[in-house]
Order: sequence, then C-alpha cells, then structure tokens
Amino acid sequence: MKQTWLIFVKDIQQEFKTRYAINAILLFAVVTLSAVSFAIGTFTAGSQVLSALFWVILFFSSMSGLSHIFIREEESQTADTLKLVASPMHIYLGKFLFNLILLFALEIILVPLFIAVMNFKLGNFPLFLLTLFIGSFGMAGGGTMVAAIISKASSKGALFTVLAFPIILPVMITGISATKKATETTPIASAQNELQALFAFGVIIITASILLFDYVWNE
Amino acid sequence: MKLIAEQIVKRFGTHLILRNINFEVRSGSSLVITGANGSGKTTLVKILSNLIAPTRGRVIYQNEKGSIPRDHMYRFIGLVGPYLQLYQELTAQENLVFFARMREVSDYKNRIAFLMERLGLKGREKDPVKAYSSGMQQRLKYVCALLHEPEILFIDEPRSNLDQQGVDTVYEILSEQKKDKILVVATNDSEDLRLADQIIKVGN
Repeated sequence: MKQTWLIFVKDIQQEFKTRYAINAILLFAVVTLSAVSFAIGTFTAGSQVLSALFWVILFFSSMSGLSHIFIREEESQTADTLKLVASPMHIYLGKFLFNLILLFALEIILVPLFIAVMNFKLGNFPLFLLTLFIGSFGMAGGGTMVAAIISKASSKGALFTVLAFPIILPVMITGISATKKATETTPIASAQNELQALFAFGVIIITASILLFDYVWNE
Repeated sequence: MKLIAEQIVKRFGTHLILRNINFEVRSGSSLVITGANGSGKTTLVKILSNLIAPTRGRVIYQNEKGSIPRDHMYRFIGLVGPYLQLYQELTAQENLVFFARMREVSDYKNRIAFLMERLGLKGREKDPVKAYSSGMQQRLKYVCALLHEPEILFIDEPRSNLDQQGVDTVYEILSEQKKDKILVVATNDSEDLRLADQIIKVGN
C-alpha cells in the first residue's frame, strides 16, 4: 500500500503545480451548470428532472478531468519510467485514489452551486451525500480504467467519454433514482436497493480493474 | 544473477524487427547490443527490461532462489534511455525522493546526495527538471537509475547529450557496474564496444 500512497502523493504534487485536472473539471462544471440554468429559465423542473440533470453535469464534468491522470503519463513519456518502479496494481490504485479525491473536490463545489442555482430541494440530505459518496467509487474506478485504455490511443478526448459512458451508466441510473428519493422526506432505508447496487458496482468495477489492469498497462 | 533471452522474436504488424535472439549474461559481465539505426536495439532493451512483451520467446531473470516472476522484475532493473523521462514539473529532489521511496532505498537522502555530487548536479536539487538542460537531464536519469544499486543496468545510448566530463563519469560508473552486476548497453558508437564482454548485433 505504500507504493499506492507514494504514487497518489506524486500525482497530487504534480496537480498542485499544474492545476490542469482540477481547473478542467471545475470550469466545465460551472459552465455546464450555467448553460443548463439559462436553458431551463423560469421553467420549474421537477425533482426527477433535476436529479437527472445533476448526474449528467457530474458525469460530463468528471469526464473532462479523470482521463488526465494517464494521458499526462503517456504524453510526458513518464509511463515507462513509472512501469520500472511499481507493479500495475499499485499504479492503478494510486491513480484511482487521485481520481476519487478529484471527484470529491468537484462534488464539494458542484453540490452547493447546483442547490443554489437550480433551487434543488433535498428532503433527505444525508441520503444524497451517501449516494454521492458511494457512487463516486464506481465512477472513479471505471473512469480510471478507461483512462488507462484510451491514454494509448490517438483521439483520447473523444474516446474517453464514449467508452466511459456505458461503463458508468449503471452508477448514473442508480444515482439518479437514489437522488430522486433524497428529494423526498423518506428514510435512508427507502433507497437501500440503490445504495446496495452502487456499492456492489463499485466493488465489482474496482476488483475487475485491478485484475485486468496489467493487460491494459503492459503491452 | 542471470539474464537469459530465449528465442526472442518481435514483430510490429508484418514487420519483423528481431528474430531468434538468444543469450545469457551473468553477474560480473556485460552485453553490448549494437546495430544500425532502426535495427531494433531499443526494442530489444525494452523487451529485456520488461517494458514491452516479445511476440515470441521469453526473458528470464534468475537469481540463486530461481526465476523471478514477471511482475517482480522491475525491482532488479535500472534503465537509462532517451524514451524514459522524469517528471518535468517536479524538482530533481522530488523526482529522486519519489523513485527512491518507490524502490524502498534505505538511507535514500545520503544516496541521493552522493549520486548528485558524483554526476555533477550538486546544488541543483531544488530546480524543476524542466529547467535542466538535456545533458543535465541525462545525468539525472543516471542518478535515478542507480539509486537502488540495480542488479541489472540497461543503458540505451550511454553518451547521449553528455559532455566529455559526463561521458568519463558514466564510463566509470558502468565499469563499476559490470564488476559484480550485469550491464547491458545498446549503442551504435564503436567506442562503447570496449565495455563489452559479449556483443550482439541486431538487424539484417
């Protein structure tokens, strides 16, 4: 686990110096939120629509930054250097941890903005936070794996969103359903199925990624 | 320690780069891979250092306990090559501390200080790597590759970007390496052949 932590710390150091990924996802989130807000105008969207909009903005914003973690290694020709010092599993877990923190940072900015701008009313805020927390593991896990796959391709940007969408779709569908329930004053137990599905998806995608990462990372 | 190449074949599409490469190198000896530009020297170094897989054949690292599994090979390797870059945004010290800790080098601060002085980079530890000249970056790559005193040291184009003083220092280091460990050099410079105990010519 020490190697995983060292890779994560190295990526954080690099990110603090370039601020590429954090700027990309935050700017994308703010611009998309503004566009959606202007598009809706005075129309009062229901909780189902707002829940879906929130997850769509979260998905596309994260897509603008999650791939950077591997593209940076390939473009700066440091991927081979990293291969020489760490096992594939530690590399995947270090990058996953970085993307997870990036996603949490995005959510910390996006959630209050979305609530304020879209007049999004939550009846059960803890359920909403729990949904986001568990869902982030699946999104970061799937996003990190797809980022590793597309980092070796020539048209990286377009491919990432296209390939990540079907993989992360279960998180979005379940997340939208749980978020809709969080807008009502229902107990957390009412979204038990959704939370279990999000948790199971996160465990499966992370485990599968660890097992398969060696084949993606090494030629 | 032994480095064994068995029937190595590498194709890129229909283009055959390497055909049936076989050799064995033991600790205390060296191998020089030579050949014209595009003959496959770098490809062979990448295969031997486990960065890419051969189309056919296999690379074996063997110590007194037996063959080393593929996913542990990286622990035994140091590699310097033009295709290996350091993190440009980070300082030299940040890069070296990262690699030393990844390699679990004990007393890494003294080791870094020793190698930085030996390679003539003392006093430039806190500069970002992107502020280094190409020659200084090459010296820094040597520091990075030697941090953990690797059992097998691969050098692709040892003189690349180095001035005469740098070449002399590198030659000293390589001569020390081949005394009790394995040295593999890929070059098309005839002067580097004096490092060789075995020579393999690739291409044609």
